[in-house]
Amino acid sequence: MALLELQGVDTYYGRVQALHQVSMTIDEGEIVTLIGSNGAGKTTTLRTISGLTHPAKGHVRLRGKEISWLPPDRIVTLGIGHAPEGRRIFHRMTVRDNLFLGAYSRNDGPAIHADQERVFELFPRLRERRQQIGGTLSGGEQQMLAIGRAMMSRPKLLLLDEPSLGLAPILVDTIFQVIRDINKQGTTILLIEQNAAKALQVANRGYVLETGRVVKEGTAKALLESPDVQRAYLGI
Amino acid sequence: MATLAAALKGTRTALSGTLGTQLFLGGIALALAVLLLPKAIDDPGFFLQIVIYGTADGAIFALIALGYTMVYGIIELINFAHGDIFTLGYFLAIPLIGAFGLTEGSPVSIGMVVVLLVVTAIVMVIDGGINVVIERVAYRPLRSAPRLAILITAVGVSFILEGVMYVWQGANNVHFPDLLPDTRIPLFGASLGVKDVIVIASALVLVVLLNVFINGSKLGKAMRATAQDREAAQLMGININRTIAATFFIGAALAAAGGIIFGLYFNNIRFDEGFVAGLFAFTAAVFGGIGNIQGAALGGLFIGLVQAFSNAYFQAALTDVWIFAILILVLVFRPTGLLGMQVPEK
Repeated sequence: MALLELQGVDTYYGRVQALHQVSMTIDEGEIVTLIGSNGAGKTTTLRTISGLTHPAKGHVRLRGKEISWLPPDRIVTLGIGHAPEGRRIFHRMTVRDNLFLGAYSRNDGPAIHADQERVFELFPRLRERRQQIGGTLSGGEQQMLAIGRAMMSRPKLLLLDEPSLGLAPILVDTIFQVIRDINKQGTTILLIEQNAAKALQVANRGYVLETGRVVKEGTAKALLESPDVQRAYLGI
Repeated sequence: MATLAAALKGTRTALSGTLGTQLFLGGIALALAVLLLPKAIDDPGFFLQIVIYGTADGAIFALIALGYTMVYGIIELINFAHGDIFTLGYFLAIPLIGAFGLTEGSPVSIGMVVVLLVVTAIVMVIDGGINVVIERVAYRPLRSAPRLAILITAVGVSFILEGVMYVWQGANNVHFPDLLPDTRIPLFGASLGVKDVIVIASALVLVVLLNVFINGSKLGKAMRATAQDREAAQLMGININRTIAATFFIGAALAAAGGIIFGLYFNNIRFDEGFVAGLFAFTAAVFGGIGNIQGAALGGLFIGLVQAFSNAYFQAALTDVWIFAILILVLVFRPTGLLGMQVPEK
């Protein structure tokens, strides 16, 4: 059984339909990427999965269990972590408190501490800055914090929305290395990236979205070699 | 008009940031010095007396202002019914005090202190519960409606509470049993009452407890997170409905404690007096920086002092004018108040 399955999902913002009949599956242990231009519905797909918006039609199933009408705070407890678009860290709270809040859905104190250590190992910069207020971090550090915070709920599935946006090239490499590491440690990842080439290099599979519809899907290798994808998203 | 707008924008910019804070504080200190220094030199004992009274009043304003600022911080609602929640705390305590057999003239004893603490705790819970129900019934359904709808609803809730209190307690002043000793200790030409000390100390304890709770507890952190970014808070697993309800509960509980402290100190209130006290407390919250807990506490103290100085040295009839002039000036020139949100949003 797939870890996550979307089946015929329609999502609206008011009267505007953002997703049309979106279907996809994500298996345990994979890295799956969504590529597409601005407004194609990538972020909306993630928001629909984590419950920030609810689909008007269709199903979202986590291990076969329908979650499409659950509120986001319930979905987190079921094992989906979401590092949202624009990082959305708590600007007036310390790095530590941000991470602490990431583990809000859990009650196992010592294990939370261990997971915080794990985040600090992935991002040593955050350890140095643990007492610093979130709003004073650099963009890259905020991105690390957003990913680390989402990790703190011990997700089975981690949703990452543009983790490399606005970062210096050297940091982009670090972030992608961490994405690989997190995946190796057993977390399934659904990744949105404007940098399609990089995303397809780390991913196992990908979906291409256009104006709210899935227009293409396949292994990352196949998509990298597809002339349509090369022309539209890889600038080749 | 264009030059006026530009001048306003320039002043606001000048008054933001660290230097702005210094200018703002300096301006206030200067105004206070010019207005009060001659009077303080003229009769230091009387001046100190006014400071003592003002601090006690300010402690009560602070307790009301905390609820204003917390509710504004989390759902950006100026809760106009909050002052009436304060009055309701006062009214709820009277029958309870009677039920525990305390009457005016009861000797001061440990037992009395315990009863007062128990009564306060019960009233805080009841008043808090009422505010949670109000939030559930009146405000939550409007959470995604235009801001004005919920604001007007809050005014409506205020009218309803006042109507209920009017029917229950009548249109006249309602007496609160005078339980605390009137003992006063001479102090540098003024006198410090036991009541003053109790009022200031209890408010201080509540403010400190609130701070520990907000900064240290899991729910407190969830409240701050929800105030900063509601969606992100949900993604952490925070149930925002429960968190917002908790905020209303705590705000009302503090106002209820303020109502009882007010009763023990002044012994008189009318069913609609809480509304104006609420507006003063709102001014305090804006002055301190709306949404900021420490700011509300400091703002309450400041407004209490302004009121006391105005009543003592100028005309009591003009006190409202002073206070609302402060409200307007702060809103126009430094909307973030004394300690408002200082970290830039990226």
